[in-house]
Amino acid sequence: MKRIDIADVADIATGAALLGAGGGGDPYIGRLMVEEAIRAFGPVELIDVDAVPDDALIVPTAMMGAPSVMVEKLPNGAEAEIALEAVETAIGKRAHAIIAPEIGGLNAMLPIVLAARRGLPLVDGDGMGRAFPELPMVTFNIFGQSISPLAISDELGNCVAVRTVDVESAERLGRQIVVAMGAAAQICCYPMTGAEAKRSAVRGTVGLAWEIGRLLRVAREQMGDPFEALLTYLPTTDYYKHCRSLFDGRIVDLRREIAQGFTVGTVEIENTAQARISIQFRNEYLVARQDGKPVAIVPDLIAILDSETATPITAETLKYGQRVRVIGISAPPILRSEAALRVVGPQAFGFTDPFQPIEEMA
Amino acid sequence: MSGRQVLAATKAPTSRDVVAGVVAAVRAILNESGIAADRITGVMIGTTHFTNALVQGLSLERVGVLRIAEPAGCCLPPFVGWPNALRGIIRGGVAGLRGGYNVDGRPIAAFDDDAAHAAIAGFAADGIRSVAISCIFSPLRDDMERRCAALVEQIIPDASVSLSSEIGRIGFLERENATILNAALRALSVSVTQAFREALRELGIAAPFYVSQNDGTPLDIGQVERFPVFTVASGPTNSMRGASFLTGREDAIVVDIGGTTSDVGAIKAGFPRESAVSVDIGGVKTNFRMPDVLAIGVGGGSRVRRASDTPAGCSIGGTVSIGPDSVGFELSTRALVFGGEDMTLTDLAVADGRLDVGDAGRVAHLDRSFVVAGLEEFRLRIEDAVERVKTSPDPVPVILVGGGGVIFRGGIKGASEILMPANAAVANAIGAAIAQIGGEYEKVCSYDAEGRDAAIAAVRSEACKRARDAGAGGDLDVLEIEEVPLSYLPGRTVRVRVKVVSRRDDRVAEAV
Repeated sequence: MKRIDIADVADIATGAALLGAGGGGDPYIGRLMVEEAIRAFGPVELIDVDAVPDDALIVPTAMMGAPSVMVEKLPNGAEAEIALEAVETAIGKRAHAIIAPEIGGLNAMLPIVLAARRGLPLVDGDGMGRAFPELPMVTFNIFGQSISPLAISDELGNCVAVRTVDVESAERLGRQIVVAMGAAAQICCYPMTGAEAKRSAVRGTVGLAWEIGRLLRVAREQMGDPFEALLTYLPTTDYYKHCRSLFDGRIVDLRREIAQGFTVGTVEIENTAQARISIQFRNEYLVARQDGKPVAIVPDLIAILDSETATPITAETLKYGQRVRVIGISAPPILRSEAALRVVGPQAFGFTDPFQPIEEMA
Repeated sequence: MSGRQVLAATKAPTSRDVVAGVVAAVRAILNESGIAADRITGVMIGTTHFTNALVQGLSLERVGVLRIAEPAGCCLPPFVGWPNALRGIIRGGVAGLRGGYNVDGRPIAAFDDDAAHAAIAGFAADGIRSVAISCIFSPLRDDMERRCAALVEQIIPDASVSLSSEIGRIGFLERENATILNAALRALSVSVTQAFREALRELGIAAPFYVSQNDGTPLDIGQVERFPVFTVASGPTNSMRGASFLTGREDAIVVDIGGTTSDVGAIKAGFPRESAVSVDIGGVKTNFRMPDVLAIGVGGGSRVRRASDTPAGCSIGGTVSIGPDSVGFELSTRALVFGGEDMTLTDLAVADGRLDVGDAGRVAHLDRSFVVAGLEEFRLRIEDAVERVKTSPDPVPVILVGGGGVIFRGGIKGASEILMPANAAVANAIGAAIAQIGGEYEKVCSYDAEGRDAAIAAVRSEACKRARDAGAGGDLDVLEIEEVPLSYLPGRTVRVRVKVVSRRDDRVAEAV
C-alpha cells in the first residue's frame, strides 16, 4: 500500500499535467490544494481497486466549469465534501473510497483533496487514463454506469443534486447550474460499487502519473534529458507503451477561440527544416497531422511539452513562439474498444478520420 | 544621450549602498561628456535593488494582508507556497474577509465593514504600517478593494496600502503574492527614492528621474514609491531594448554575453517577446512576465576544460567544454591572465589576441590548437542558442551586447548580419534611458453582447487613459492585444488585454 504525502504531490501533479494531453486545467492550484489538505488532515492512502469490497461505495469527484475562472475564484475547500454528502444521502450509503474521473490536470488532484479531508482512501485508477472535456467521456459511462445522482456544489455551500434520464441531460443541465454558480464548481457523480469499479476503472493511473512526474524531476535535477527518461519509461508500462516523439519545433501559428463553451483551435508548429505539424484541440489535443495526414489521433494521447524543461503545456497556455516537443502516446486499451471509440473516438469529436492506433501510423 | 545619440557612457560596479554607486557613475558621465548638470532633462535608472532585497530578504517591511474572498479561497490562505524564510520575514498579519466578485461582476458575498474594521484595528495594534489588499476578480471590479483601502487610511493614517487591482492581472494567488511583495518593499522604495533625490540634487541635477520596469516602460518617483515591485526583472528587457535601439534593428535576435551566462532572446518591433512562464521572485510565484530568454551557461568567466575531463552535454565540437561553472565576480583574481589558477574563456580570448586584458604572458604557454578549438566551441554554442530562439528560418540580424561581446568572432548560421554596437557593454542602461511611458488594461468581455471590435476598442481606450495618467504625451501605439477565450462560459466570453506605449520620439531630448 502506498501513501501520498506532501512531498509526493508535486510529482503526481507533473505526471497528471502530461497525461492531461493539453486539457484538465493548470494543476498548480490543485497541487497547492492537496498539499494544504494533507498538511491539515494527514496523508492519503492509495489503494488498489481490488482491495475495495464488491459492495462498498466508490465516488468520483471533479471540478466542473472554466479552469480559467478557478485560477481567480479559488475554491472554499469544502465544496466536494458537500457534494459527496448529497450523493451519500441520495443513495443511503457512506463512501468507502474516492476515485478520480480523469488523471489529467486539476481533476487528478481534487479527489486527493477530498480523500484527505474525509480521511478516505483514494483508488489507484481513474475513468479516462487521460483527460476529456465532457462528463459522458469516461469508462464508467462506457460500461453503463449511471451518472446520477450528480451533485454540484459552490463555494457558498449551495448544492444542487440532479437525477437525469441520461448522461447527456446531466451534462446539459449541469452546465447551466455551474454557470449560475459563477462558472466554477465541484461535483460528485457516477457513484459505483467496488465490483463495478473493478470492471470499468482504468487501473493504476495515479501510480503511473506519480512515476512519470518523479522521472521528469530526477532527470532535471541530475541535468539529464527528461525526454529520454520519459520515452524510456513509458514503453515499460501497460497502457502507454507505444509512444514516440512526433515533432520538435516552434509555434508559428495559433488560432484559438471558443465554441459551445470549449477552447477550440489549431496550433501549427514548424521546425528549422520548415516541416510542419498541425494539432487541433478542443480543450485537449485531439489530432496531430503532417501534410494533412494524421500521425496521432484521439483517444491516443498527444502531449506538447516545453522543449527545454519538458514541462507539459496546456491548450489554454500555448503561446506563439514557444519552443516545444510533441509526443504521441497510446491510450489504455480499455479506451480503444469499439464501444469506447463511439464515446471518445474521433467521430465523437466531429472528425471523419477513423481511429488508428499510434503504433500503426509510424 | 541626446535624441538617438549616446554622448557618454560608463560602467561602475554595484556598490553595497546602491545610491553611492549610481552617483559615482553619473558623476563620471558628467565629467566625461562635459555636459552641464542643469542641461540634463531626465535620469533613467534601471536597478536590481528591489529584486535583490526580496531575494536576500533584506530591508523588507512586515505586511498585513486583507483578503476579500470568503467563503471562496479558504483552502489556500495568503502566503501559501512561499519559502518559509521569506514568509517569516514578511508575514505581519492575515485576515480573511467576506466578499469578492464572480466573473460576471456579481458579488460572491457582501463586503463586511465591521469585520474589516476589526481586522485593521488588529493590524494597527501589532504595529503594521504596510497593508496589502487582494480581492477576487478585482481587475474587473475594484470597488471592494477601494472601500477596504479607505478604511485602512481612516484607522492607520500613516499606513501605505497596496491594492491587487493596481498590481496585476487575473490569476488570484500570483496577483496577491505580487501585491504582498510590493507592500513589503514600500518603506525601502521611499528611502531609495529619497536618497536618489538628494544625491541628484548634490550633483546639481534638478531633472526628474525614472526607474524602468519589467515591460520596458518607466515609473516616475511617485509610482516607484507606490509600485516598487514593478521594477523587478527589468534587466533583460533593458538589455534587449538597448541593443535594438543602438543598432536601429527592431526585429532581431539579441545575444547578451555576460560573465556566467549568455542570454539569447528575440526582439520584435523593438520590444522583447514575452515568455509564457511567470516569474518567481525569491521563490514566490507572481504573474509578472519576463522576456522569453534562453540562458546558456557560457560567458566570459566560464571555466574551460578538455571535453574528455567533463560530463557530457557541455561540448558541441567535442574537443573543449565551456562552463556551466564560472568564476563569476572573481574573474579579476581567478582567471589565468589575472594571476589566478582557473582557465576561463577570457584567458583563451587573450591568448588568441582578440582581447587585451591582464597579463598575456600568463597564457602564452597554452596550446594553440586548444585555444582555437575553445573559441570555436564558444561560437558553436552561441550559434546553437540563436538557432533555438529564432522564430522563422528567414535570416535575421543578430546583435551581440554585454561585457563578453568582444570575445565573439566569426559567423552565425541563419544571421543576416552580425552587429556589435559601440557602447554594447552598457546596452542595459541605454534600454532604461529609452523607456517609453505606457499603459495596460485588462477586462473580461462578452463578444456576443458587445461585439469584438467594440469590446477591444473599449479596453484600448482604458489602456490609453492609464498611459496618459502615467504622463504619456503625443501619439500612443498599441503594443499588444491579447485575447484569451474563457471556456465553459456562455456568450463568447474573452479576457482582453491591451498594452499601449507612447511613440519613442516623444521622449525627452537629453537623458543620462
